[in-house]
Amino acid sequence: MIRFILSRLARAALTIFFVMTFSFIVLRLSGDPALIIMSPDAPPEAIIAFRKAWGLDDPIWLQYFHYFGAVLQGELGRSMRDGRSALVIVGERIPATLLLMIPALIVKVGIGIPAGVYAALHRNSRIDRLVMSFAVFGFTVPSFVLALVLVLVFSVGLGWLPTSGADSWRHAILPVLTLGIGGAAVLARFTRSAMLEILGQPYIRTASAKGLTWSAVVRGHALPNAAIPTITVLGFMVGSLLAGAVVVESVFAWPGVGRLLVVSVSNRDLSVVQVILLLVASTMVCANFAVDLAYGLFDPRIRQAPRGAGR
Amino acid sequence: MTMPLFDIENLNIAFSGRTVVHDVGLTLERGEALGVVGESGCGKSVTFLASLGLLPGKAKATGRVRLAGEDILNVPAAALERIRGRRIAMIFQDPSSALNPVLRIGYQLGEALQLHRGLTGQAARQEAKRLLDDVGIPDAANRLNAYPHEMSGGQNQRVMIAMALAGEPDMLIADEPTTALDATVQAQILSLIDAIRRDRGMSVVLVSHDLGAVASVCERVAVMYAGRIVEMNTTEAIFDHPRHPYTRGLLSALPELTGPKRRLVPIRGSVPEPWNLPQGCAFQARCDGATTRCHQSLPELVPIDHSSQRVACHHPLPGAVMDDRYVA
Amino acid sequence: MTDFKHVSFALLAVDQVRKRYFARAGFLSTPKPVDAVVDVSFTVARGETLGIVGESGCGKSTTGRLALGLETPDGGNVRFDGEPLPQQGSPAWRAMRRRIQLVFQDPLAALDRRLPVTAQIRESLDIHAIGEPKARDERVLSLLTSVGLTKDHASRYPHELSGGQRQRVVIARALATGPDLLVCDEPVAALDVSIQAQVVNLLMDLQAELGLAMIFISHDLKVVRQVSHRVAVMYLGTIVEEADADVIFKDPRHPYTQALVASSPTPRQKMKAPLLLTGEPPDPAARPSGCPFHPRCPKVIDMCRTVTPTARQITPHHSLACHLTEPAMLEAMAP
Repeated sequence: MIRFILSRLARAALTIFFVMTFSFIVLRLSGDPALIIMSPDAPPEAIIAFRKAWGLDDPIWLQYFHYFGAVLQGELGRSMRDGRSALVIVGERIPATLLLMIPALIVKVGIGIPAGVYAALHRNSRIDRLVMSFAVFGFTVPSFVLALVLVLVFSVGLGWLPTSGADSWRHAILPVLTLGIGGAAVLARFTRSAMLEILGQPYIRTASAKGLTWSAVVRGHALPNAAIPTITVLGFMVGSLLAGAVVVESVFAWPGVGRLLVVSVSNRDLSVVQVILLLVASTMVCANFAVDLAYGLFDPRIRQAPRGAGR
Repeated sequence: MTMPLFDIENLNIAFSGRTVVHDVGLTLERGEALGVVGESGCGKSVTFLASLGLLPGKAKATGRVRLAGEDILNVPAAALERIRGRRIAMIFQDPSSALNPVLRIGYQLGEALQLHRGLTGQAARQEAKRLLDDVGIPDAANRLNAYPHEMSGGQNQRVMIAMALAGEPDMLIADEPTTALDATVQAQILSLIDAIRRDRGMSVVLVSHDLGAVASVCERVAVMYAGRIVEMNTTEAIFDHPRHPYTRGLLSALPELTGPKRRLVPIRGSVPEPWNLPQGCAFQARCDGATTRCHQSLPELVPIDHSSQRVACHHPLPGAVMDDRYVA
Repeated sequence: MTDFKHVSFALLAVDQVRKRYFARAGFLSTPKPVDAVVDVSFTVARGETLGIVGESGCGKSTTGRLALGLETPDGGNVRFDGEPLPQQGSPAWRAMRRRIQLVFQDPLAALDRRLPVTAQIRESLDIHAIGEPKARDERVLSLLTSVGLTKDHASRYPHELSGGQRQRVVIARALATGPDLLVCDEPVAALDVSIQAQVVNLLMDLQAELGLAMIFISHDLKVVRQVSHRVAVMYLGTIVEEADADVIFKDPRHPYTQALVASSPTPRQKMKAPLLLTGEPPDPAARPSGCPFHPRCPKVIDMCRTVTPTARQITPHHSLACHLTEPAMLEAMAP
């Protein structure tokens, strides 16, 4: 067990290290922050002073060295725009993002999984085909298109809901729906194929042959097995809780982490971007770790290798 | 004459319009062991899956299947659920995949015990342990907590048998129960099935492609070919004087462990698809004795010599014992 | 009896080979050593078939791979045609693939789904640069004919053929390079009785015609007896008994062989319960001490638990690894 945890931690650290280094290099190669943050007609001395203050004149490896050292001490940098701690700035935005993502997750799971299971149980029926079309729709329509369509219908057309901003709970409805519908479609499709595969397994026939009612077979034998592959997808969805809403937040001008990321990248506000990327990487890594542990919980075969079976 | 425990009459099964089982009929008495043999695709498994309503939706079965006189074919789900496990139990091939991998053995056994005998909790556990003991699983109490992948194929098959016995059924259908198992384990399982049958007076249907396996347990054997029964007789008679050319062909194609070594005689040609049968006898293309009559009219399964011996052939082989009968 | 005895020179000589694998017991634990093959020795002469039988975990497939040179033994050596097998992956090893070929159980898996049959057979010829390129298609056709297939089958894809036909294609491909030794690992297990008979006859005919040596690995005693001149019975990585095919099944001396024979019922006799073995084929990861068979042996004596028996010749053509081989004891124990 210890070896497992340690190896996972080592891998996690490596992932985060890579993300950090990669983003550091790419950001610094992609444009001069000084020129972008300061206005174009700022005096040259001010620009030079800015660069010096932020250490942008140093060679890149030196900058990285300083950065790495600072990170190890817990100092994750300051925003180049207002000088505040990057971590604090990002931290302020997390609640807003979660306010969208958690309800969205509930929508995804609440609609997606039952739809997928139902479709699998009634294969080739009209409901099944409906669910599958819905799933294709969810895969192919980009989230901003869906967002704009919803805005057109519910805001502009029907006037029920506001277009953008984050002033009231009503403002959250369209973004949550956008995120939820897309995710539900993916989950439905996935759950359906997992269920179909399981329903074709020999042990389902054994359970029926025992005399169990079909609903008992589905509940007691099929669903527990379907949980296993579904965990992977869910893990991914949970892992992207913090950064999965970049586009939607931008479209709806929702003040969350995603929107902050977009703004910071265009402003080359390096520290903030790095903090966000680090946060996303960490969340993903934790989610993956949780999924690995969950596998062990749900699938006893993973806990130990099989004994020599018959021929 | 008393009513047979189980009988099938004029059973036809079609998958999406293609018939795979044609006009099958057989009876099974109480306490009897019947073997059903045939090569892959002959319809032997499908016949019995249909009688328990276990075929997938796109299969259509017509005809009659009766259990102690009561119709059980195409009855509503609730009626089928009352029969499955409690009056007719079925075990399958490859026991390691036929058990749910994420549920403990004790749970899976307990499910059957609760369903059929209303046992729960400690009573169920004790009975489950007793069943595992009966089928010869050592250390039964601990095994209740095990998962199927922690046990071998042979042990899993014993668990399947225990689960089948949980409902105290009148009849056990064993569909290729030993095919995926090692030789010494196969022998143990067959011996177990035989012992159970004698101890409980249960009827047994053993479906297999292995004539040897069937011979060790069953008194009567039905031979199926391309969806039909072509011969039905006692085990001794089938092996000593097969009456249908296909049966004889099968026996000639089997190697033997002892005795003089002889060249194997395969049946020429190959099995036609059950939905694409020629007019007349399905075996005609492969039969040395085929005549015009065989091409034109389908032979019925009719009694020969004895009422319990049946052959579907226009020119059945002679019944007397011959010397070189296996030489083509 | 076939007349291979005049050839005293063994084509394949396997001497005290061992093979050990490491397997994890669970995904959180350290790997444990598993001795798949322990001190196995046998020879195969030209034109002769050695059958290897045993249940799961006995090491027969591993032995087949060692004989082929697909695995390197951890101990002992394998000599082919007098020379030790070349280093795996070396040009000499690749050249040797011409002479030792493999046929195994699942013909669909052995064939490439995307290539028609003739392309796959021709590939063997191309790889080893056999004959003139122009003549190779001819050769492919003649190979197909020799296994009982026709020109029609040539252009088909594997999934368009039946199981028996596919296995014939695999055999044709194996024969394309003109091998001296064919290793067959459960070649007929997945086939129906009648097709099995066809393929078995084919292998025996090809052997007679081409002077092929064969190693025939199977769990099915009857088929092995049909095909083999000599048979080795394996249990938990060792050969427990080896003798001529007719002798070993008629008069088995090792208790395990006796149990195997008893488990293979002839249609006219019901199984004799007292001869049935209890217990399961063992897990190679948990080897018993002493004789590997002792936990299940109905004739076990104290010595069996502590001392591993070595193979001894009880007659010139019959070897046995069992402590109960004193002549007096043999008399008392014969079935």
